[in-house]
Amino acid sequence: MTDPNTLSPLDLDTPDKTFLDANELVINMGPQHPATHGVLRVILRLDGEKVMGLECVIGYLHRGVEKIAEHRTYTMFNPYVDRMDYVAAVSNGLGYCETVEKLLGVEAPPRAQYIRVILTELNRMASHQLWLGTHALDIGAITPLFYTFRDREEILKIFEKFCGARLTTHAFRIGGLLYEAYEGFEKEVKKFVAFVKPKIDEYEELLTTNRIWVERTKGVGTISAKDCIALGVTGPVLRASGVKWDLRKAQPYANYKNFDFDIPIGVNGDTYDRYLVRMAEFRQSLRIIEQAVDGIPEGPIMAKVPKVIKPPVGEVYHSIEAPKGELGFFIVSDGSTQPYRVRVRPPSFVNLQALELMCRGQLVADVIAVIGTLDIVLGEVDR
Amino acid sequence: MGEIVQYIQSYLGSDKTPGAAGNLFWEFVYIVAVFLGLSVAVIAMNWLERKILAHMQVRLGPMRVGPHGLLQPIADALKLLLKEDIMPAEADPFVFWMAPLIVVLAAFTVFVVVPFGPTHAITDMNIGILFMLGVSSLSVLGIVTAGWASNSHYPMMGALRSSAQMISYEVAMGLAVVSVILMTSLNDTGIGTLSMIGIVRAQQAQGVWFVFKFFPLGLVGFFIFAVAMVAETNRAPFDLPEAESELTAGFHTEYSGFRWSLFFLAEYSAMIAVSSIAVTLWLGGWLRPFPNLLNGPTWDLVFSLFPGVTFLFFAAICFYNTARMPKHPLFKIQTMGLAGFGVVLGLIGLALFIPPVRDRVGDIFWFCAKVAAFMYLYIWYRGTFPRYRFDQLMKVGWKVLLPISLAVLVLTAIAGFVEAPFKEWLSQVL
Repeated sequence: MTDPNTLSPLDLDTPDKTFLDANELVINMGPQHPATHGVLRVILRLDGEKVMGLECVIGYLHRGVEKIAEHRTYTMFNPYVDRMDYVAAVSNGLGYCETVEKLLGVEAPPRAQYIRVILTELNRMASHQLWLGTHALDIGAITPLFYTFRDREEILKIFEKFCGARLTTHAFRIGGLLYEAYEGFEKEVKKFVAFVKPKIDEYEELLTTNRIWVERTKGVGTISAKDCIALGVTGPVLRASGVKWDLRKAQPYANYKNFDFDIPIGVNGDTYDRYLVRMAEFRQSLRIIEQAVDGIPEGPIMAKVPKVIKPPVGEVYHSIEAPKGELGFFIVSDGSTQPYRVRVRPPSFVNLQALELMCRGQLVADVIAVIGTLDIVLGEVDR
Repeated sequence: MGEIVQYIQSYLGSDKTPGAAGNLFWEFVYIVAVFLGLSVAVIAMNWLERKILAHMQVRLGPMRVGPHGLLQPIADALKLLLKEDIMPAEADPFVFWMAPLIVVLAAFTVFVVVPFGPTHAITDMNIGILFMLGVSSLSVLGIVTAGWASNSHYPMMGALRSSAQMISYEVAMGLAVVSVILMTSLNDTGIGTLSMIGIVRAQQAQGVWFVFKFFPLGLVGFFIFAVAMVAETNRAPFDLPEAESELTAGFHTEYSGFRWSLFFLAEYSAMIAVSSIAVTLWLGGWLRPFPNLLNGPTWDLVFSLFPGVTFLFFAAICFYNTARMPKHPLFKIQTMGLAGFGVVLGLIGLALFIPPVRDRVGDIFWFCAKVAAFMYLYIWYRGTFPRYRFDQLMKVGWKVLLPISLAVLVLTAIAGFVEAPFKEWLSQVL
């Protein structure tokens, strides 16, 4: 039998090698498959249940978002970024608005910054809740999904009241906010924080010490810190491998430097550690929200931004810590109202690269667990 | 004519099962009754599973078809019957056609020996438990052929997983059963029994349910069986063969419509079948709780009222929900339907209070109540546990359950051997 570590996924391209080979089975997981979180296609090469190699085929959800940007003004492109990582639309909006603000050389006023942070952290929680529910569902625990969706609903209700949309929020504008926070916003956020704290314990009660859950996740899809850095993996996946890298601390943007919070890190870099890191991030997000709600200053919500946005010629790269990792925007301006080029550095796309490394030599069931733990959104992978 | 009536009546006073008495008429009646009862149980189980699981998961479950979705299983069955019957072009038609039949036949045939009461079984074989284990393990044949005949990757993997799983868990299961059969031999004659009715009678004679016999040996054996039976029926957390998130639907991925519903039917009747084995072997079968402790005519009367009271309780729930139904005219038929269902349940409940009926159905009631508790456990597991991985499943089967069940078997034998001398010694000392 061939050593699985010497096989490259590229070997899959040569069908004669596997032709009439009774030992290996090439199986197409997806694009229509319940566990690939959308339309990811994974070509698996199996020896029995063991994964000898795999290859991801992406692009089934490609909409050409980056190309569309070249034909829209800066303001018009803002809603499009919500459609990339649609479970963390607010983070995308923050990343894009901050990048254009950096290009223009303006900064959002403090009140807008605080509200931005609250909404972004709420969105991080919503994204993690969706991850937890679907990840547990993939591993076979069906109940956490309904618990997380029940609580995610409360976050979406706050979004809906704030800007009228639940999923693709378009919450921020270049230079600040369009709308003042609705009356009772702070009270409602505080109420939500009090409501969700015991619920997080409830999720942990179902899973953290569950024997089957621990057996299914410990030592599965292990990735070392060195490999993470080599592959450019960011976010909770990187932190679970023991690297204390969070852009909120490393390159503080918005006004994250005003808040006191910790960066949870893991030790082993396996699926269980990634789970623990994300569970800890829930609590850190709550800490940030609590501090931000108490500290919202009075004042304007919009900086002085011209009606027609015409940034000076130049280019800018700015990245934020989205729920899934580093979300970067690279914008080149030619001085006109439309960007010359927009390039997005999506965390899901980069993290997905690690799938092959994490799954090789493991079992089919682990591939599902690893896809779930990478927390990919195909809208962002394919853009 | 008179002879026929006499033939029919001749069985009534008998204390044997119709099969053992050789009365063809009553055999036929029992077969029809068991088959109908099983079908109703599967339908009820379908509804209950969806409702209970839904309430565990903070949702309502079926609510639209009939009051509280009571008619949903019927609507589903109709839908499945009307669906187009698809057979993959590359499938092996005969084997593809045979597979669900094998599974259903195996699942239903085991009920031939299930003892609902001392006389309420289709027949009583002297190899009853062996027959049940043997026939129920035939269903793995149907599953393997289903996966193979589909000629597709996912069903194939599901079928292979399934066969490996069912065969491994049968070993631990069988050893746990043997320890019970050892226990049945602890009487004056020293001869045990494999007959299902005999096993319950042995528990009656020894005055203890085998789950409490030689504490904790009986309990451990029961626990092993309870784990193995979940694996045997491919239910969560051992539902790898049909692991939805991995293999889409496992061995029945390519099946649709009526054929698929046969697999569904077989799965649920297999669940009921293995639960009946567990109830018969460890939980005293048809015996009511505390038959020796709380005996005497008063307690007999109290316990014989349970079936009627249970049905009246269900009827009361129906009436309570009828009162809570929305008062909108659109809900008029649903409200009437629910009230009618309550009336039917109430009438059944009242009928169960009539003395001759009361005495005949008590056994069946306690048996079904115990099986129903197992059915609830199945649903509970499904709502709580993640799924085991294949290698972990094998590890649990071979490295944990098998050694423990062997140890239980050996210790039971030793305990049975030293029990009588020990008691004698104890009585001399005291």
